[in-house]
Amino acid sequence: VGFPLEQIVIQTLNGFVTGMILALVASGLTLIFGIMDVVNFAHGELFMLGAYVGTTTMVLTGSFWLSLLIATLTIALLGAGIQITTLRPLLGRDPLTTILATFGLSLVLQNYALWQYGPVPRKIPEPFTGHFNLFYLEYPWYRIVIALLSAAIITALYLFLKYGTYGIWIRATTQDRIMAAAMGIPVPLVHTIVFAIGAGMAAASGVLFGPLVGVNHAMGLDWVLKAFIVVVVGGMGNLGGSILASIFVSLLEAYASLWVSPAQAVIFSFVALILTLLFRPTGLFVPTPK
Amino acid sequence: MSADAAATAARLAARPSSTGYWTGFVIVLGLLILAPLVLPEFWRRFVTEILIWGLLAMSSDILIGYTGMVSFGHSAFFGLGMYGAAAALLTVKPPDLWLAMLYGLAAAAGVAAFVAYFSTRLRDIYFSITTLVFSQIFYVIIFTWTEVTGGENGLNFARPPLGIPGLFSVPFTSDTMHWFVLAVVTASYLILRRVMRSPFGMVLQAIRENEPRTRAIGYHVERYKIVSVMLSGCFAGLAGVLYALQNRFAAPDFVFFLISGEVVIWNVMGGIGTLVGPVVGAAFFLLLRETFSRFLTEYYLIPVGVIFTAMVIFMPQGLLGFLRRKLNE
Repeated sequence: VGFPLEQIVIQTLNGFVTGMILALVASGLTLIFGIMDVVNFAHGELFMLGAYVGTTTMVLTGSFWLSLLIATLTIALLGAGIQITTLRPLLGRDPLTTILATFGLSLVLQNYALWQYGPVPRKIPEPFTGHFNLFYLEYPWYRIVIALLSAAIITALYLFLKYGTYGIWIRATTQDRIMAAAMGIPVPLVHTIVFAIGAGMAAASGVLFGPLVGVNHAMGLDWVLKAFIVVVVGGMGNLGGSILASIFVSLLEAYASLWVSPAQAVIFSFVALILTLLFRPTGLFVPTPK
Repeated sequence: MSADAAATAARLAARPSSTGYWTGFVIVLGLLILAPLVLPEFWRRFVTEILIWGLLAMSSDILIGYTGMVSFGHSAFFGLGMYGAAAALLTVKPPDLWLAMLYGLAAAAGVAAFVAYFSTRLRDIYFSITTLVFSQIFYVIIFTWTEVTGGENGLNFARPPLGIPGLFSVPFTSDTMHWFVLAVVTASYLILRRVMRSPFGMVLQAIRENEPRTRAIGYHVERYKIVSVMLSGCFAGLAGVLYALQNRFAAPDFVFFLISGEVVIWNVMGGIGTLVGPVVGAAFFLLLRETFSRFLTEYYLIPVGVIFTAMVIFMPQGLLGFLRRKLNE
């Protein structure tokens, strides 16, 4: 057969595209974990609901970019609501209770989507349909645009965290919640805003990913598992680490699916996670504290 | 000598009386024995299933309630118990009940040893995520290895007869199935209760309360944790065997992590650290499901999820939490 260079190039590109979407999901998750020790099990559901809101507004407005904006804002508001009603009362309790509460929420949201939108997958049409030639394939430009757009959103988040007033408050709260509160930073508000930002980013990635596969009520499960893996491999709460880990894990799965079925390729990222936990429990991209 | 005797007598007198506990135990057991004779077929089956799910929930309480580790991977042990039983019933002729249990337990114990070895090195949410990921690995293997496991369709088999080799052998009826399940679950409960009250169980609870201090006293914490996960996994596997016997199939859906999630829900609803609490939690959950699915069909998880989330926030002790001290006496 020989060395499958063409397939490897194609899979590298595919891996990068999914990796960037995953990075968008995971950076929200890691931001939420970093600041309030909340492991958000409902993150995949926010991704899924974002995609569904995208399909609805797409039908209403006909504009993909407008749908992207509306879905992001809607789910960010929903996220703020969730944070205020269920996570705020749990502040200061064992972090494990937040897994339980958000797991309960994920059941509610997932079944709400099934009830509201039915079991038949929906599709978001691609905003444009250009292709370029890549060996024997016609590769859609849209995929490249997704990757670039995800990178742009993540860069915007980074700049916001670095220079924005709220961004500085967020970083201060991550470092020391009590000290930040003592300095007059409205910590509960910061928590709500972070959860809303994370939820909005999950929704945005849901809409961006929508045109690649059908939107269905169970799609969140896959993504939340992958995002967990990425967040742990990258180092919990480490934004740069989870972006690198997203690309790493997606490339790993893309290459693995050259030889095994995509369903089995998942095992490779599972194994990567377990090896990481065993040898570098703090994640690949954080120096192991001695 | 007499001082010794007096001290022993004083200690016995000071020990809280457990008469109330045993009275309750006998009453509940009596009701469960009589259940198949008075209940209609649907509810009899319902009670049997609650017992089986209850055993799974109870097994996970060893980790959540007593050792302080939340496992999100109990579906793997349960599922391997199921497939182990299936392997015995499909490959060995004639099918034998005890061999099915042996195979199921061996499969679950093997997987539990593997998972325990890796996952117990990690704590808190990292332990939860690792168990979750391991159960998904087994799910993917079972789901895709169609030649052996039947893939998506799972495996179907016949129920073996109930019997003791050389003594008697009768086919299972739905009543004897219920009593058999009840006997296994009751025996498991008494064993687990005894183990959790033993010095070994005390060390597990010490790990839950303060791990560094337990280590400082000189206990080999990792070893205790590994045994705890294996013990829990074995009883989860036993529940899997019972479920396979009751329903005559093994399916990959039962290895999927949503089952593990439900097990955690039952624990929290019923009250962790009580062994019976999780059984009550399972019963409560299944009753809620039964009630809501009457008029909400498959969307019953919407109200159930809301109730669960509310319980996590407002009732972290669960339904039987107020009895916790009494039940461990």
